[in-house]
Amino acid sequence: MPSRYIPYLKVLVHLACLAPLLWMLQRYRSGALVSEADPVNYITHFTGDWALWILLGSLAITPFRRLHVRLSNLIRFRRLVGLYAFFYASLHLATYIFLFSGYDVSAALGGVRHGHLSEVWTQWKAISPTVWEDLKVRRFIQVGLFSWVVLLALAVTSPTAMLRRMGGKNWQRLHRLVYAAAIAACVHYWWLVKTGVRRPLPDTVLLTALLLVRVGWVLLKRRRGAMKASTSRVSPASSASSAQ
Amino acid sequence: MLIRKTHLLGDEIRSSEITPQSSFEGKRPSRRGFLSTAGTLAAGSAMAALLPRRAFSADKLETVPGKFQTTEAQTPVGKATTYNNYYEFGLDKDLPAKNAHTLRTRPWTIEVSGLVKKPLTVGIDDLMHYRPIESRVYRHRCVEAWSMVIPWDGYSLSEFINFCQPLPSAKYIQFISLVDKKQMPDLPSGFDWPYSEGLRMDEAMHPLTLLTFGCYGESLPNQNGAPVRVVLPWKWGYKSAKSIVKVKFTDKQPKTLWNEMNAVEYGFYSNVNPNISHRWSQAHERRIDGGAFPHSIPTQMFNGYGDQVASLYSGMDLNRDY
Repeated sequence: MPSRYIPYLKVLVHLACLAPLLWMLQRYRSGALVSEADPVNYITHFTGDWALWILLGSLAITPFRRLHVRLSNLIRFRRLVGLYAFFYASLHLATYIFLFSGYDVSAALGGVRHGHLSEVWTQWKAISPTVWEDLKVRRFIQVGLFSWVVLLALAVTSPTAMLRRMGGKNWQRLHRLVYAAAIAACVHYWWLVKTGVRRPLPDTVLLTALLLVRVGWVLLKRRRGAMKASTSRVSPASSASSAQ
Repeated sequence: MLIRKTHLLGDEIRSSEITPQSSFEGKRPSRRGFLSTAGTLAAGSAMAALLPRRAFSADKLETVPGKFQTTEAQTPVGKATTYNNYYEFGLDKDLPAKNAHTLRTRPWTIEVSGLVKKPLTVGIDDLMHYRPIESRVYRHRCVEAWSMVIPWDGYSLSEFINFCQPLPSAKYIQFISLVDKKQMPDLPSGFDWPYSEGLRMDEAMHPLTLLTFGCYGESLPNQNGAPVRVVLPWKWGYKSAKSIVKVKFTDKQPKTLWNEMNAVEYGFYSNVNPNISHRWSQAHERRIDGGAFPHSIPTQMFNGYGDQVASLYSGMDLNRDY
């Protein structure tokens, strides 16, 4: 893939990642979302699903680009896709706080409209005991929040300037936590569905595959390394020419 | 002890005087002609086979105003009939409304067995006409933290229990729902079908417990548990078993599906309780009504029916026996 296409392709990736949100906003404007019996439940699942799917998409980039040398500049899209995963995870978290937990959005907005900004805080105080209790006792909330905090850390350290400041090794170490975030997101899903419901299964299978591909890659590289090491003893000259 | 006051055939005819099955076969039964107190399923199906095959899903019901009402805004019928948990027709809440058209609600019988004077089988149309259908408006609280306000049509389950003549040793009642792979092609695996629910006898006899044939003045849509279900407004929604085909009277607490799946979360009693520690908070519920957006309201103990039902559980620790 020639790199001159990348700016155009980035526009496409932006549009693709924004499409679910735009689609939901359109459903809201047309009234279709409101005529859903339980729109809050719908939005919660919608934002959660897309956060996980986009996160899995970002994890698919590396194995995919290893397929062929001409795909290697797919790496240029990884940060972008990862940031969208964080974006949808944040929408998911906001849905939980402002819609799911009983926060009275219309009262807060009404207060703001009439100049009573404190109404926003009053409403938060009304629901904060529920949120704290959730945080203290509910495993699926804890593990979900852990996933979001990891994604936040990765988002904050995603600019190139941060990479330079941290140094490549540290940066990579931190960003390997994306695997923990993805696993935590799947666990969050399993822990929240009712017993017997297997809706998180496809996502989990996909994540497992993406992780196994990486394990396979490492093993393959090691074997190649070992083979190279053994051949180098025989003929140091030939292995030096093929060294990367 | 339960005393049988009335017979389904009307007060003047005793069950022993019912025309034997052999002599009514081939004849068209009269409106109130009842089936098989003789106690065989064969009688029920023979009878049912004579009934016309119709789609009963949208039949208007003749109802009388019931004892229990509420001033709260009702859930629009369109929402109450498209947002359902009826796992036999799919796990997503929109699926029952899409898939349940394959449910055949006629012929339909309920088989009564266990600790009763005489096992029997009752046809749905006779059951429906046994007592006047009352329209009662109940709050309905799902364990998933959403709630609705629904006008149900039926009569007290106690009427039917009295008819069944349970023995004094009967302490519990179990409801078994239909399971049929042919009518439920998407029947999910991982569940111990058929769906089973149960109540203690005093709960079942409570006047709030409704044997339900309809909602919003019409016979039940398939996805809402046609043709007959129970409704227990003070318990989590899953206690209100749908599409009942068997009723058993037992002396031991019957096995119930959700309790077997996960006893820690789904207790046998499953009374609505905002203090119970569940996977998600039960302190609030999203009330699904005509409003543009569902709003959250605090969940009440026994779903607000404490005045009527709290005495059933006096002396019990509801945080342990939940």
